Amino acid sequence: MKTRLFKPVILIWLAAMLASVLVISQTRFVADLSAFMPKLPSARQQMLIDQLRDGAIARLVLVGIEGADEDERGRLSRLLVGKLSGNPRFTAVQNGDRQTQQRDQQYFFDNRYLLSPAVTPQRFTAAGMHDAIQDTLLAMSGDAGLIVKKILPRDPTGETLQILEQFMGESQPSTSKDIWVSRDGKRAVLLLQLAESGLNTDAQATALEDVKQAFASLPARHADTRLVMSGTSVISVASRNIIQSEVERLATLGTLLVVALLLLVYRSLPLLLLGLIPVVSGALVGIASVSLGFGHVHGLTLGFGTTLIGEAVDYSIYLFIQRAGGGNPSHFWRTIRLGVLTSITGFAALMCSSFPGLSQLGLYSISGLVTAALVTRYVLPLLMPARLNLRDLSKPGLLLQKVLDGLTRLRWLLAVAMLAAVAVLALHHQDIWNRQLNALSSTSPAQNKLDAELRADLGGNDMRYVASFSAPDQESALQLAERTRRVLQQLNRQNVIGGFHTPDELLPSIATQRARQAALPPAGTAAPRLAEALQGLPVDASQLQGFVSDVTRAQQQALLSRASLHGSAASVLLDSMLIKRPGSDLVLMPLRPASGENIALDKVRAALAAQQLGQVTVIDLLEETTAIFDSYTHEALLFSSLGSLAILLLLGVTCGWLQAARVTIPLGCAVLCTVALLDACGIQLTILHLVGLLLVVAIGSNYALFFANKQQLGSAAEQRQVEVSLVVANLATVTSFGLLGSSNVPVLSYIGSTVAIGALLALLFAAMMARMTPRALSD
Amino acid sequence: MRVSIISKTLAGLFVVLSASSLHAADFSLSELMQQLGQKKSGTATFVEKKYIAMLKQPLESSGELAFTAPDRLEKRTLKPKAEAVLLEGNKLTLERSDGRKMSVNLSDRPEVSAFVESIRATLSGDRNALERYYTPSLSGGSEEWQLKLTPLQARMQKVISQIRIAGSRAQVKTIEFLQADGDRSEMTITGTSAK
Repeated sequence: MKTRLFKPVILIWLAAMLASVLVISQTRFVADLSAFMPKLPSARQQMLIDQLRDGAIARLVLVGIEGADEDERGRLSRLLVGKLSGNPRFTAVQNGDRQTQQRDQQYFFDNRYLLSPAVTPQRFTAAGMHDAIQDTLLAMSGDAGLIVKKILPRDPTGETLQILEQFMGESQPSTSKDIWVSRDGKRAVLLLQLAESGLNTDAQATALEDVKQAFASLPARHADTRLVMSGTSVISVASRNIIQSEVERLATLGTLLVVALLLLVYRSLPLLLLGLIPVVSGALVGIASVSLGFGHVHGLTLGFGTTLIGEAVDYSIYLFIQRAGGGNPSHFWRTIRLGVLTSITGFAALMCSSFPGLSQLGLYSISGLVTAALVTRYVLPLLMPARLNLRDLSKPGLLLQKVLDGLTRLRWLLAVAMLAAVAVLALHHQDIWNRQLNALSSTSPAQNKLDAELRADLGGNDMRYVASFSAPDQESALQLAERTRRVLQQLNRQNVIGGFHTPDELLPSIATQRARQAALPPAGTAAPRLAEALQGLPVDASQLQGFVSDVTRAQQQALLSRASLHGSAASVLLDSMLIKRPGSDLVLMPLRPASGENIALDKVRAALAAQQLGQVTVIDLLEETTAIFDSYTHEALLFSSLGSLAILLLLGVTCGWLQAARVTIPLGCAVLCTVALLDACGIQLTILHLVGLLLVVAIGSNYALFFANKQQLGSAAEQRQVEVSLVVANLATVTSFGLLGSSNVPVLSYIGSTVAIGALLALLFAAMMARMTPRALSD
Repeated sequence: MRVSIISKTLAGLFVVLSASSLHAADFSLSELMQQLGQKKSGTATFVEKKYIAMLKQPLESSGELAFTAPDRLEKRTLKPKAEAVLLEGNKLTLERSDGRKMSVNLSDRPEVSAFVESIRATLSGDRNALERYYTPSLSGGSEEWQLKLTPLQARMQKVISQIRIAGSRAQVKTIEFLQADGDRSEMTITGTSAK
């Protein structure tokens, strides 16, 4: 024993394990879903996606209070605002209360001469003022007369109306009893802005926990009231939590199940422990390689650790069960080597993917499997006792043989299944693929519904169309936004777009503010100009003294800055449109469609280009992401096809074309039937199902190879032994992947269910097609 | 059976009570409402004058009104500046001369609903809707009646102190809004075609 332990192989293995552990101890593990979200090709679009994910919009939390009655919800909403508004983890806490409303109204009214886009020198000549006051009187005679009447004494030229104009047609949150409520009135709604960006998921999680605790501790709260939250941060924190708990649950359960299965078969603790050695070694080396290759390891990659248990454990199963029956070791290792090679060929396709999550998975699987196979080949035999005290499996072997014989006779079923699968797929070939990006997100439909509801409640637009640019500083960003606004206004009038927002509506550039101040009548001239302007109008100058003093004050007032909006709802809006980044300012301007759903973006682009505003990018986020997702799917399809072709070539070259056909036909059939089965269940395929199918080919090829290996199948007894090992290996695979299929994380569940179904079918079909009939090699 | 007897008794009692509270046994609010409710649709022209303390002379506007029972009301102002208000069910849409539209959901704005129902509920003879927002008091007879509506909501009272609607039979002739600050507006309705 002692001499064996010091063999160079063992030393190399131990050193490799130690090195892997060292690497892993230094590894950064990430759990957000970004690795599984496509990277956009252009840097500008990538920046936009980042902003939507991590920027100001991602910092918004939509909160709803449900249950009890309206009064109770209103009381809790006010108390919650009171509790959270002092908390430094939030930069804004709003429920539409009168205070905030007044703060907004005051900001727009008090600063109307700096904010109104209508302020020009012409407007404040006597003639210009005459026309403006006449317009205000016209508005007063109309249906909004009651409101306009209130502003007349201080704002006769109607600058407030000019500002309001920019927000006309906006959907605003509903208000009841001075706080925001949902559209159906059954929920009080609040809007929070987190201080921390989406990059700091931990800090966001803490802040969200604060909200929950603050709500739970509100005094005299009705027991049936509840808090609901949504927003990018809520979703990313939730999916991180789900992934973490799922990875733990799946790894534990998967290990337990496989261990139980192996104990049942081996009935020997030492053998079980030995059997796990390749698995553990493979997992360690796999994680270490990903860490070295990518700089970090994604939590989901760890989740796939379970999948490696499923496949790597097969090798030791084959070794123990088949070697127990004697057999020819060189043929056995040849089959294993071929199996590993086909698997690697399949996974190599994954590694080539530009989809970051998938290439991690490819590297993990290849390095893990190679390690597991090497350990099984070179280390395990050294550690194995000379005689395996394996449980006698001849009885189940005989039974199994009968079943398999039955299956072999059902070979015609293979053709039927294939035809049925082709028929199903031909019928549905239009919608086999899911093109939606959110098909991969781990949020539940209930959470998505809540998110959509709360967004509608708060009058938020879904940011599908965005015009954006970045500028070196805030002033130049605002100036460019002002130029863009003029073009957008024109497009709005032409009904190309239905509405828009630009940051300068809320905070004009310093240059514009100065220009507006300069446009106002100089000190001392306001009163005489007004007197002249009022000639022929039914208003007396004595009624408008507030106007004269306000105009004079506006000329001397301090210019507006971001801080002037503090505490208003408008500041939250501004934060989402004007984003400070290191070295530059990013402007995002949401555009609304005029009618229906779509905006003719080419017209918008042309209009911007005509005004030398080519640096303003206009994109349809939905289309961009769908298109990119499509290209990923196409890429994955291409690589999988190449991978399959490579596997076929490999098999053809190494064991002859006839043998290759025997092996690949059941595999192809299993893949087709799995796709058809998923399709028939109404599941649309994603890129991850494709990964699952690749795994089916990788795992299934082992079954077919063992079934079809003439040389190795010396005697009927040995064949039975091989077949038992295949079924046990298959059970281990189906169990661990089936477990993955039960996961709440779509990414895991898609691959899990695909492989579980596919591996089972691959075994059945391989038994029908690839298996050497006992009569053909009768002893 | 018993239920229907009780409800009939209650209904009878209610009629007696409401009749006595109006002091005008000859023409009750229910009768007026019934009269008004028979009209299915109609169009009319209006002239509205706003008397505002700040202004030396009243502001005048005019246009067309169209009503379709039970809940569609359109006010199209033609002079001095074209604009329109369309009330359909619970949705109030303002349309300006440049074609831009703004919609308000009435359930969001109780004070706007109160305002709107004073006219719509009167035109359609919907007593329940009227009494949700106002205390009505009726004077005069079927040929020449005057309905005074006093707002119930404190918020509404801050803006409108009373609405006076006068008419003859099923025909509304004037609607007067008395504002809390002393200003008032007066709408005269003429030239009706009704079905």
